[in-house]
Amino acid sequence: MTQPIITLRNVTKRYGTHTILKNINLTLESGKFYTLLGPSGCGKTTILRTIAGFTDATDGDVLFAGDRINDVPANKRNVNTVFQDYALFPHMTVAENVAFGLTLKKRPKPEIAERVAQALKLVQLADYGDREISALSGGQQQRIAIARAIVMEPQVLLLDEPLSALDAKLRRQMQYELRDLQQRLGITFLFVTHDQEEALAMSDEIFVMSQGEVLQSGSPVDIYDEPINHFVADFIGESNILPGKMIADFQVAFGGHQFECADAGIPVNEAVEIVIRPEDLTLTDPANAKLTVTIDTQLFRGDYYEIAATDSLGNDWLIHSVNPAEDGESVGITFRPQDLHVMRFGEKEAEFDARLETYETEDESHDEP
Amino acid sequence: MTNRKTWLYFIPYGLWLALFVIAPVGLIIYQSFFDLGHHFTVANYSTYFQSATYLKMTLNSVWYAFLITLFTVLISYPTAYFLHQLKHRQFWLLLVILPTWINILLKAYAFIGIFSQAGLANQFLTFIGIGPQQILFTNASFIFVATYIQIPFMILPIFNALDDLNPAFINASKDLGASAWQTFHRVIFPLTLPGVKAGVQAVFIPSLSLFMLTRLIGGNKVITLGTAIEEHFLTTMNWGMGSTIGVVLIVAMIIVMTLTGDQKPKGGTPR
Repeated sequence: MTQPIITLRNVTKRYGTHTILKNINLTLESGKFYTLLGPSGCGKTTILRTIAGFTDATDGDVLFAGDRINDVPANKRNVNTVFQDYALFPHMTVAENVAFGLTLKKRPKPEIAERVAQALKLVQLADYGDREISALSGGQQQRIAIARAIVMEPQVLLLDEPLSALDAKLRRQMQYELRDLQQRLGITFLFVTHDQEEALAMSDEIFVMSQGEVLQSGSPVDIYDEPINHFVADFIGESNILPGKMIADFQVAFGGHQFECADAGIPVNEAVEIVIRPEDLTLTDPANAKLTVTIDTQLFRGDYYEIAATDSLGNDWLIHSVNPAEDGESVGITFRPQDLHVMRFGEKEAEFDARLETYETEDESHDEP
Repeated sequence: MTNRKTWLYFIPYGLWLALFVIAPVGLIIYQSFFDLGHHFTVANYSTYFQSATYLKMTLNSVWYAFLITLFTVLISYPTAYFLHQLKHRQFWLLLVILPTWINILLKAYAFIGIFSQAGLANQFLTFIGIGPQQILFTNASFIFVATYIQIPFMILPIFNALDDLNPAFINASKDLGASAWQTFHRVIFPLTLPGVKAGVQAVFIPSLSLFMLTRLIGGNKVITLGTAIEEHFLTTMNWGMGSTIGVVLIVAMIIVMTLTGDQKPKGGTPR
C-alpha cells in the first residue's frame, strides 16, 4: 500500500451541542477517485471543508501525506476545491479566473499564459479565455471551475456536488469527463454527492455516510452487492428488503420458505434482513419458481419493465424484467443463492468485514452480480 | 382593460415625476436664461464661466465635496466591513443609521455647542493642557461635521454590497492560495465596489451643495455652490444667476453618475 495522501483520524466536528461529524476515520490513497455519498445534512460537505481548511475539526487529526495539517490555513494547503456553485469571480474573465492562483504565486507571465491555455484545453474550452463568466452556460462554468482548480496542480482535488446544477444529460456527460480527467491527471479526487448513480459510475471507492458517520466504504460493486444495513441497501440503488431468519450457515428463511444463500458466520435463528436487487429477480412459471407473487402494477422504463408485486405473506416485491407481465397474474420468481444478501441488525463495518473474511476468501465467484 | 389598469398605477408616479422632477428642472433651465430685467439672455452662463470668483467657488465646492467623500469612504468601508462580521449586525447597523432620523439642523446646532469656546471639545483640550482653540468656523470643523452627517449614507450601500457577497468567493480565493489581504484587495473589494460607487453618488452630490453647514459650522469661510444659490435667490434676488448655478450642479450630478455608473463589461462578446 502506498503512502496515503489524506488521512482523517478520529475527526469530530461539533457546533455547540450539535455533532456534525462523529469520529470519522478515512484514508485516501494517491491517484484514486473517492466519493462521499449520503443524503443532505449527513456531514459529507463538512468533511470536504475540513480537508480544504474552511472549517476546523473539533477533535481529531487531518493528515496530508503523513503531516498533520489541522493548523495549516486553507491558502497554504496543497488541495483545491471545485465549489457547488462554482464560485467563479464575476469581475474577471475566464482566463483571469483560471490564472488567479498562479498570479498569486507570482509565476512568470509566459508560464501563466501557457498553463492557463493548457488547463482550458483540458476542459475543452480553449477559445473561451476572453469571455465573461456571465456569458457562460452552467456546464461551461463547471468546466472553468475545474480548470481553475487543476491549473494549480494540486495533489488532491475536492469536488463539492459539482454536477448538481446541471441537467441530466450534461450531468452524464460530465461524469465521463470527470472520470477521464482524473485518470489522465492521476491525482486524487474526493467527490461529494447525494446521487448514488453518480457515485457508482465514477468512483474507485465510495464512503456511504449518514448522520455524521461513515456507514460503509468500499468499491461500488461491493457496496451495491453487499450493503451493510438497511440504510445503505435502500440508499444505493433499488432493492427488496425482507425480514428473515438465519437457519444455518448459507441457509436463510424468508417469505415462508428456506433458501440457500451466500452468507455465513451469523448465529443460528438470528433475525436478519435479506436484500435482493430487482434486476436479480427473474420471472418464471410457478412450477419452477422459488416464490410465487401476484403482479400489482408495472411501469415501462424504456430498457426494462418495473413490476410491483406482492407475495402470499404480503411482502412487496420490485422486479425489473425485460418482458412485461400481466396485471393480476400469478407468476413465479426465481433467483440464485448469490443474489441474496443477508444483513444483520446493528452490525458495524469492521465486524462485517471480519465476518466476510471468515468465509469469503476461498470463493469469490458470488461477487458477480 | 389591463392596459388601463397599468396606467392607473402609473398616475402617482407620473404626477410625482412631472411636478417634482421635470417641472422644477425645466423651470431652473428656463430661469437661467433670464437676467435681472427679465430679458432673455445667455449672459448668466458667460458670466459664470468668465468670472474667477464663480470658477474658484466651483473648484472649492468640488474640492470640499471630494474631501468629504474621501474621508467618508475611508471611515465607512472599514466600519461596514467590521459591522458585517458581527453577530447582531443588523442591530449595530441600526445604531449607525439612527442619527439620520434627526434633522440636520438639530445636529448642526449640537455641534455648535460641542465646538464652541466653552464647549465639550475645548473643555477636553483644556484638560489635556492644549488650552481652548478656535474649532468652530474652521474648514476642518466643516469637513468633520459634513463627514459625520454623510457617513450613514456611505455605510449602508457598502454594508449591503458586503451582505450580497457570496462567501464562496472568499473560500475560493483562499483555496487558490490567496492570503487574507490578497483576498480582500483582489476579490472582496472589487466585488463590493458597486456599493462604494452608490455611496459616492449618495454623498458627493449633496456635499457639493451643502449650505447650512458652511454657514453654521464653517462660518461662511467656505462658499460652496449651495451657498451661492441660496444667496442669489434670497439675498441678491438674482434668480437667473442662481438657476445657472443650479444647472451647473445638475450637470455635475450627471457627470458623477456617469463616472460612478456601471462600466461596460470587458472582454469578449456575451452570447
